[in-house]
Amino acid sequence: MAEAPRPGQGPLHVTGEVLATKKAGAYRHLTITAPGIPQRFRAGNFVAVDAGEGRLARRALWIHRVKESGAFGPTLDVVVDATGPGTTWLADRPVGARLAITGPLGRPFALPREPVACVLVGVAHGAAPLFPLAERLRERGCAVNLVVAAPDEAHLLSALEARRSARAVTVITGDGSVGVRGAVPSQIAEILERADADVVYAVGPRDVLRAVAGAAEARGAWSQVALETPMPCGTGLCQGCPVPVIAEDGASRMVRGCVDGPVFRGDRLDWEALG
Amino acid sequence: MSTFPGPVMVASGCGGTGRELAAYADLVGLDLVTRSITLDPRSGGPSPRIVETPSGLVNAIGLQNPGLEHFLATELPWLVRAGVRVFVSIAGSSMGEYADLARRLSRAPGVAGLEINIGAPDQVGEDLFDVREPYHAASVVAAVRREFPGDLPVLAKLRPDLSRIVEGARGVTDAGATAVVIGNAVPAAMPDGRPGGLSGPAIGPIALRCVAAVTAELPDVAVIGGGGISSVDDARRFLDLGARAVQIGTALLHDPTTVARVRAALTREEDAP
Ligand SMILES: Cc1cc2nc3c(=O)[nH]c(=O)nc-3n(C[C@H](O)[C@H](O)[C@H](O)COP(=O)(O)O)c2cc1C
Repeated sequence: MAEAPRPGQGPLHVTGEVLATKKAGAYRHLTITAPGIPQRFRAGNFVAVDAGEGRLARRALWIHRVKESGAFGPTLDVVVDATGPGTTWLADRPVGARLAITGPLGRPFALPREPVACVLVGVAHGAAPLFPLAERLRERGCAVNLVVAAPDEAHLLSALEARRSARAVTVITGDGSVGVRGAVPSQIAEILERADADVVYAVGPRDVLRAVAGAAEARGAWSQVALETPMPCGTGLCQGCPVPVIAEDGASRMVRGCVDGPVFRGDRLDWEALG
Repeated sequence: MSTFPGPVMVASGCGGTGRELAAYADLVGLDLVTRSITLDPRSGGPSPRIVETPSGLVNAIGLQNPGLEHFLATELPWLVRAGVRVFVSIAGSSMGEYADLARRLSRAPGVAGLEINIGAPDQVGEDLFDVREPYHAASVVAAVRREFPGDLPVLAKLRPDLSRIVEGARGVTDAGATAVVIGNAVPAAMPDGRPGGLSGPAIGPIALRCVAAVTAELPDVAVIGGGGISSVDDARRFLDLGARAVQIGTALLHDPTTVARVRAALTREEDAP
């Protein structure tokens, strides 16, 4: 259950401003000022942003990066995958546009205490939170193997940049336009084997997460998977993003994807009920 | 401090467990209505549970809640310690369940009052006691009032249905309700046809009309208004028509600071000479 934030922690609700906007393949990268939020960020956190034109639900976006932007102090980078009218509106925000932003939200990735071997799997825009995670893991002396996957090259997130944050990078595309042709589920067991993985992190569609969690369990590795459920508020208020988990006593119960997740232990999700 | 809530309350089902609001509002003295609590835990309905519609949201949460026992053991004590004035929303599948909930909550330390959810948009689908007849709603209120101490408020939350609202408000007040809450979400359908409730600015004028009808015809009945409130001006419209307090729901999902902002502005007005 979510604890009440202590001072200096917990989410903030602020007005941000778009500082830069850049098209990259199928995505739009926005650099945004969001006073106070970058300082509280941990890898795996997301922000909830307004989607304009009177839309009442908000859109959850992974925090892709926090960077110093000189005069503006630290800023956030988010990746917008324009799949509907709300995200299209967001992707179209010009430089200087103001945006209500709440964050950082959600349980971040848990980091291992020991310098273990890690595999990070990100599908499409789901790779966004893995870049800052890779940096944290490297600081801790972990071996970082990054797998970025997508249906095609346009939906592949920053494969080039991935090479900077990880020791080894595997690129998988559905159409074979870059890297290996195929999909994560059929290759994950071998990837974990090769990396001799102790911990696996994954973000992407459910079938991929399930395959990753299963492959991790099969070799006795830990898995942390981040679910991308639609989150109407993102703040834990509405109960609109139910996620079935298996409790200590073996019973399945519903928790909230936004505050109890979005990162879950792979062996705690009730995959059958999740569908 | 008066036991009557207001001027601003967090509407049922829109404040999480209450804890999540700590980041966006001062919890001390905050009037929070919990999401509706049933005797047994309910896991709620399938996804999607909330969809956008112009100027509104349609929700089909299915009354997900941890059940009374868990609520009393974990959520309530935390909220009371944090200084929240907790109004527990109760929902039951029978008259006996409402009475049972009221009896057990009457012994729970720190409860500021009850709100009886007798205007859910889809009583039958959610397996709730059918109170579409004002007579049944009044019976539920009477049963709850018998079990709950008389000095604490019992609020009866009704659906903003103009054809029934005056009769309904009169009935529940005669049965012992301290105030009527108008209104709940309006019966609506999810895109796939599942029953749901429409909330947000789309229903504001409907709720306002119902409040106007009750305050005009039943001037002695205390009314708490809600539906689509997202600003001080929205809140003032309800108060100007005679509502004694307002509830804010959907706006919190869009901007979690809404209650703090509206509360601060209205309190400043109250303090002004
Ligand atoms: C996500 C959601 C959950 C709700 N859950 C409850 C509930 O459990 N019990 C209840 O009496 N009303 C519930 N409501 C209704 C609200 O409390 C409120 O009466 C209604 O939405 C109208 O106000 P609004 O337009 O400010 O949201 C819920 C509304 C929403 C949007």
